[in-house]
Amino acid sequence: MSMMNRIQTKLQEDKKLLSIYFTAGYPQHGDTVKIIQSLEEHGVDMIEIGLPFSDPLADGPTIQESSTHALTHGMTTEKLFSQLQGIREKVSIPLIIMGYFNPVLQYGVEAFCKKCREIGIDGLILPDLPLREYQLQYKEIFDAYGLLNIFLITPQTSDERIREIDAASNGFLYLVSSASTTGAKSGFGQDQQDYFKRIAAMGLRNPLIAGFGISNAETFAQATEHTKGAIIGSAFIKYLTENGADSAGDFVKRIR
Amino acid sequence: MTYNVDENGYYGEFGGAYIPEMLYPNTEEIRQQYLQIMQDPVFEKEFNDLLRDYVGRPTPLYYASRLSEHCGTRIYLKREDLCHTGAHKVNNTIGQILLAKRLGKQRIIAETGAGQHGVATATVCALMGMECIVYMGTVDIERQAPNVARMKMLGATVRAANSGSKTLKDATNEAIRDWINNPVDTHYIIGSVVGPHPYPDMVARFQSVISAEIKAQLQEKEGRSRPDYVVACVGGGSNAAGAYYHYLDDTQVGLIAVEAAGKGVDSGESAATSYLGKTGIIHGSKTLLMQTPDGQITEPYSISAGLDYPGVGPMHAHLYASGRGEFISITDDEAMKAGRMLARLEGIIPAIETAHAFAIFEKRKFKADDLVVINLSGRGDKDLQTYIDYFKL
Repeated sequence: MSMMNRIQTKLQEDKKLLSIYFTAGYPQHGDTVKIIQSLEEHGVDMIEIGLPFSDPLADGPTIQESSTHALTHGMTTEKLFSQLQGIREKVSIPLIIMGYFNPVLQYGVEAFCKKCREIGIDGLILPDLPLREYQLQYKEIFDAYGLLNIFLITPQTSDERIREIDAASNGFLYLVSSASTTGAKSGFGQDQQDYFKRIAAMGLRNPLIAGFGISNAETFAQATEHTKGAIIGSAFIKYLTENGADSAGDFVKRIR
Repeated sequence: MTYNVDENGYYGEFGGAYIPEMLYPNTEEIRQQYLQIMQDPVFEKEFNDLLRDYVGRPTPLYYASRLSEHCGTRIYLKREDLCHTGAHKVNNTIGQILLAKRLGKQRIIAETGAGQHGVATATVCALMGMECIVYMGTVDIERQAPNVARMKMLGATVRAANSGSKTLKDATNEAIRDWINNPVDTHYIIGSVVGPHPYPDMVARFQSVISAEIKAQLQEKEGRSRPDYVVACVGGGSNAAGAYYHYLDDTQVGLIAVEAAGKGVDSGESAATSYLGKTGIIHGSKTLLMQTPDGQITEPYSISAGLDYPGVGPMHAHLYASGRGEFISITDDEAMKAGRMLARLEGIIPAIETAHAFAIFEKRKFKADDLVVINLSGRGDKDLQTYIDYFKL
């Protein structure tokens, strides 16, 4: 890649990165851009914009409900792209679209990637597009439009497969903290610390960003002890549900 | 040209394993071991002994003379309704529980629509002394109450799935989430030829005993192992996969798949996936899928809980796309009437799922000397309340 992707640039900063996930079109259909701007203003380093899906298999109840709500209130792939039009005049931090593969497939993988490039999206996280299918069918398209594809690894992922995923990645590895769907209340115990430490010691090419089960300043600090940063999703969505989109900045202030 | 799975887990363009990384170790473990385990003579013997002595196989291939006369063709019924637990589902659960034991799993999860797969799973878990949790949509819990009671009687825990249309798709989502949360000690017994590779192939292989028996039985009765047509109802497609399996590449045998049209294919309340579906991803497989133009999975509808599914197994998607299979959709009303017809002509009350297969004679003509095998996949005891309400019995 000739030009460095915003994600890659951000990962070189000498700090622990705070990344926030939220579901596009939630709590209100028109909140997407407002939330993105507010998160950047309050010092968030990176954002995962959730493209809602009817059947989010890897998600717990909080993200499921926010997705259903967003879809019921009219969110579609096309509408999300139109909301994000011109976003690069407003924010400069890395933006990642996170969702399931089927809506991308229906939009057309190439058309989707092209649109992401036009808007200024830096990467995609599609948990149900596995490494092998990606490499066989879609990698060239992602590369052509300068998009990073971010892969997950879990406590059950073998060292051999971690190395394979690391070799195929050019941004960060999404370190799923425990065997669970999103938002599961596991907290951070010795098991997580040992697992993070073990992965950190593997000397991988890509930095690690932890996710799943991170909800506040304490778990953020624990999760980033052995990683480059952490992603908060369900806890942020719960906060928005209770306090509305204008409270996005308040949530961030509680983390750092 | 083969209509069976290839080495990458695809049937033509359909299949594969579109699963989150959390499920990769589990499915990979099965993928690496299932063929070896299934081909082990000790496993084969254990499986076949249980099919014979516990399930009651081989099931009869019965010449239905009154039905044949009524429909103007020659019809044999493969009596899967006579299997222990009342449907073909148990062929697969016997196989998978033995596989789960080989893999050292202690806890079994399953999804169910009509409850037949749930009962078949609860049954084999009781047989092997293993913990059993069955996910079932709230709507299905109501309309298939006898099967819920049977699962509880067998010691299984039935967990209600409350998302979406509260039917089979949603029960499957919940089972997959359970597996994500319990990746080490749990085996997920999928009940149909759906899900990520190798599930469609594994389930089809366990069900393939149906067509293996049809071949031998037809040879004995008719002096030929090849019928002109094999007919089966298709929701996810497991009974059809079993009935077609040994005829897949024998193109002289017509394969007829009968889908649920619900209140009509264009009514907005239907489960006719071949007609309404487009290629997409559901439950880890690339297949035909009912969805919005935006790629959101739409809610299906059928009076029969077992056919009320917005996708179809990748084998069937390929049979449809390639033209190898002939797909016919049958409405609720047509199925209910066909169920009564079979009861009155042959003294067999079929499951409502199965009843769909018997409605094709109103839609399609067969020659008088055609040899048609219908897979009678399940019996109708569980559907008595629906029959009572429909016919005001």
